[in-house]
Amino acid sequence: MAEIVCKLLIIGGGPGGYVTAIRAAQLGIDTLIVDEGPLGGTCLNIGCIPSKALIHAGEEFHKLTEAATGGSPFGLSAASPAIDLGKTMAWKDGIVTRLTGGVAGLLKKAGAKSLRGRASIRDGKTVTVETDLGPQTVHAETIVIATGSEPVELPSLPFGGKVISSTGALALTQLPESLVVVGGGYIGLEIGTAYAKLGVKVTVVEAAPRILPVWDAELTGPVAKRLAALGVEVMTGAKVTGLTDDGETLQVATDDGSDITLAADKILVAVGRRPRTQGFGLEQLALPMDGPFIRIDNQCRTAMRGVYAIGDVTGEPMLAHRAMAQGEMVADLIAGQPRVWDKRAIPAVCFTDPEIVSVGLGPDAARRDGQAVLVGTFPFRANGRAMSLAREDGFVRVIAREDNHVVLGIEAVGAGVAEFASAFSLAIEMGVRLEDIADTIHAHPTMGEAIQESALAALGRGLHL
Amino acid sequence: MGNSDNEIFVIRMPDVGEGIAEAELVEWHAQPGDMVREDDVIAAVMTDKATVEIPSSITGKVIWLGGKVGDMISVGADLVRISPDANAQIEAAAPEPAQAPPATPDAAPSDAPEPAPEQKNAAPAKPATDAETHSAKPAAPASGVPARHVQPPRRAAGEKPLASPAIRRRALEAGVDLRRVSGSGPAGRLTHADLDAWLDAPESAPVTGGRVRRTEVTEIPIIGLRRAISRKLGQTWSKVPHITIVEEIDVSALEELRAGLNAERKEGKPRLTILPFLVQALVRAVADQPDMNAHHDDEAGQLRQFAGVHVGIATQTPQGLKVPVVRHAESRSLDDTAIEIARVAEAARDNTALRDELSGSTITITSLGALGAIATTPLINAPETAIVGVNKMAMRPVWDGAQFVPRKIMNLSSSFDHRVIDGWDAAIFVKRLKTLLETPALIFVEG
Ligand SMILES: Cc1cc2nc3c(=O)[nH]c(=O)nc-3n(C[C@H](O)[C@H](O)[C@H](O)COP(=O)(O)OP(=O)(O)OC[C@H]3O[C@@H](n4cnc5c(N)ncnc54)[C@H](O)[C@@H]3O)c2cc1C
Repeated sequence: MAEIVCKLLIIGGGPGGYVTAIRAAQLGIDTLIVDEGPLGGTCLNIGCIPSKALIHAGEEFHKLTEAATGGSPFGLSAASPAIDLGKTMAWKDGIVTRLTGGVAGLLKKAGAKSLRGRASIRDGKTVTVETDLGPQTVHAETIVIATGSEPVELPSLPFGGKVISSTGALALTQLPESLVVVGGGYIGLEIGTAYAKLGVKVTVVEAAPRILPVWDAELTGPVAKRLAALGVEVMTGAKVTGLTDDGETLQVATDDGSDITLAADKILVAVGRRPRTQGFGLEQLALPMDGPFIRIDNQCRTAMRGVYAIGDVTGEPMLAHRAMAQGEMVADLIAGQPRVWDKRAIPAVCFTDPEIVSVGLGPDAARRDGQAVLVGTFPFRANGRAMSLAREDGFVRVIAREDNHVVLGIEAVGAGVAEFASAFSLAIEMGVRLEDIADTIHAHPTMGEAIQESALAALGRGLHL
Repeated sequence: MGNSDNEIFVIRMPDVGEGIAEAELVEWHAQPGDMVREDDVIAAVMTDKATVEIPSSITGKVIWLGGKVGDMISVGADLVRISPDANAQIEAAAPEPAQAPPATPDAAPSDAPEPAPEQKNAAPAKPATDAETHSAKPAAPASGVPARHVQPPRRAAGEKPLASPAIRRRALEAGVDLRRVSGSGPAGRLTHADLDAWLDAPESAPVTGGRVRRTEVTEIPIIGLRRAISRKLGQTWSKVPHITIVEEIDVSALEELRAGLNAERKEGKPRLTILPFLVQALVRAVADQPDMNAHHDDEAGQLRQFAGVHVGIATQTPQGLKVPVVRHAESRSLDDTAIEIARVAEAARDNTALRDELSGSTITITSLGALGAIATTPLINAPETAIVGVNKMAMRPVWDGAQFVPRKIMNLSSSFDHRVIDGWDAAIFVKRLKTLLETPALIFVEG
């Protein structure tokens, strides 16, 4: 087969890779992007988007159930709701198809070429792609590694049968009666909550002393409460040791020394993701690593000239928007523009119920940094809009330097607060002070008023509490 | 915001003159936190013509100022807020928070040995920020009013500069390490202007030829009288097409007359300069050409000729150029003119001139005195139509047809609004002035 020569080759068509490709092509760089699966990577196909679709379906179903069981605070009632999970998944797949098709269209519009197939690195400038039409050799001046991540398997609990990964959990067409979620991180809890709302009996098994350990107990408190209200049993300090011999029940060792067994129709193992660095010849390059991740500098350069790495393969936080921002930067760099990674913060959102959003430093992290801080908190129970939504759980919290009031972090937990991420990020990236937030008009009645109130609280002049 | 139970008195911008909607704040005589007594002057504001001082109507503590020097304040707007309570909290300053005065000191005793006056923060600070002073936490809940004062910007080593992404990107593209640029924004935030300033004058400007290249730029706001002058002359220059005629005047006879008169001065009589003669010559000349003693009202499309001759005398004052007015010069004697010129010029210089004394001229004389060069291009004092500039007098050789004779020569540089005054008429006017000044008796001939 003829060899392909291009200026830029991107391995991986996830949010990191495809953004690099679009931007690079826009800048006139001859670009080729390779992926063995559909474009969009984890995010579009088996991650962010499908999980949010399922979460939304779960929420809608839950509301109907509440209405059917007389639990609606709004006085609504409904006949007993039903779900056709197959149809739900088909709807979800429709979204995914539209989005991945959209990415393909964007790439085309920008003038980037794409190739379906599995890439193997031969050297720093040469890659072989295993395509449907046989192997293709690609020579490129520059290579961007954006191979993403994959779910971590527990040795004692290999995927297969009733043991599924997040990918499997997002593709069920029949509701299980019971689901055990192994791992109380954001992926496990997001999917677990969605299924609980669909009427599945969900149990979460988490080895750490509490769920969502990346956030502090204050932020995760409302989530724990809500899980309990939804009937989700959360076992913390509990380690899964494996399945019973018949492969039917889960064995769990608890912190207090007792062993218990849990029966479940499905077992979702969501104990984390690992960067995809194996099996495609990366070893050939003998790049220095950072633990399991590829080591990069503040321009996403690896130790090898002309080889960049971006996205989940390069480290935490493994989030789509980080991958995208890196991709955009790398494309500019390849086009010869001066760019460096100078972000002040990467927002993190957990789409549990209630949602958690955090940007920048939490109070503990700021103090660990040696910073004297002001912390202002405003609870949604004092917010009119939250009341009108019957969602008074949660709060907004702002953390600022005590000496000059520069905002170091903004966090919130509450229904729908994921949408606050933009405001929080913008504020931190712009370097705002408490006074800037306090003196900005926030529309009434919105939950966002709590943002202003938290800043006022930090300044000692709260109005509505 | 932060109001105490005490009543707060508001001093508003007074009506400083008919038809004036706003005035410029030119001086503060008090700052937030200062105690003022009734009738103490708190501020000075300036209209087009005069500076007006604004006194306090009560005794109390200034808690808020309605602007900063250079701001235009509308008539009726809050200018100063005063609390009769000496312990009143300062309100947030309307201008920059950075200019806000220190808030009421925190009662907490200082735990820190550092001598910094505001150092009262006992919380652990990371070593890098030790150099900074820390402001107090919001005041104790009992007071209900928080300390809004925050520390001026100071970046600790290793700390990221505070700048928006767009500024960071620009800096990178311009090859500027933002850590070396100091930010003028709140909390030391870097602005585009800071970056511009750095790009204009980087710290490390190359040194050549053994002499230091200096690249500082000092920015001085154009405010107060200078702003008024700037605005007015700018308008005049852009709106009024000028023609300027320079003519040589032989003032030998006039100087002789002047010397004679001054020699005979009785006590209490003013010494005469050339100006009163010139004023009286103007009175004569404009009688024949009333277009020269007129206002060109371009909006109304009218030329307004005045029977009275109100001569503006452009005067250099410590505050800048002002034009005090000798009113009704046509009714004044030579001495009277001299006295009035001296009086209004003095008033302008010590800033005691009334609005009337600084407005209403119908033609203007400008003189640089001994510095007056050989020719100038005076700008009309719009809406007037003519201005007469006096140049320096000098002894020059003049050919009398047979030989060069020394004569006292003084040029006049006169400008006219060419929209309403043709060059021909301007030339006739200048010629007439020349005749009058060269034969000064003509100035005093009646009829
Ligand atoms: C259930 C779930 C929910 C999530 N929710 C969120 C969320 O709400 N918000 C968020 O920001 N992030 C979320 N994430 C994480 C997010 O999906 C990832 O951070 C993001 O997709 C990383 O992008 P990437 O470009 O680095 O890699 P990926 O999206 O993983 O893409 C890598 C691509 O490379 C391809 N590839 C790998 N190796 C090869 C090879 N040798 N040859 C050819 N192709 C190859 C893969 O097929 C894949 O398409 C979620 C993840 C999961 C699993």
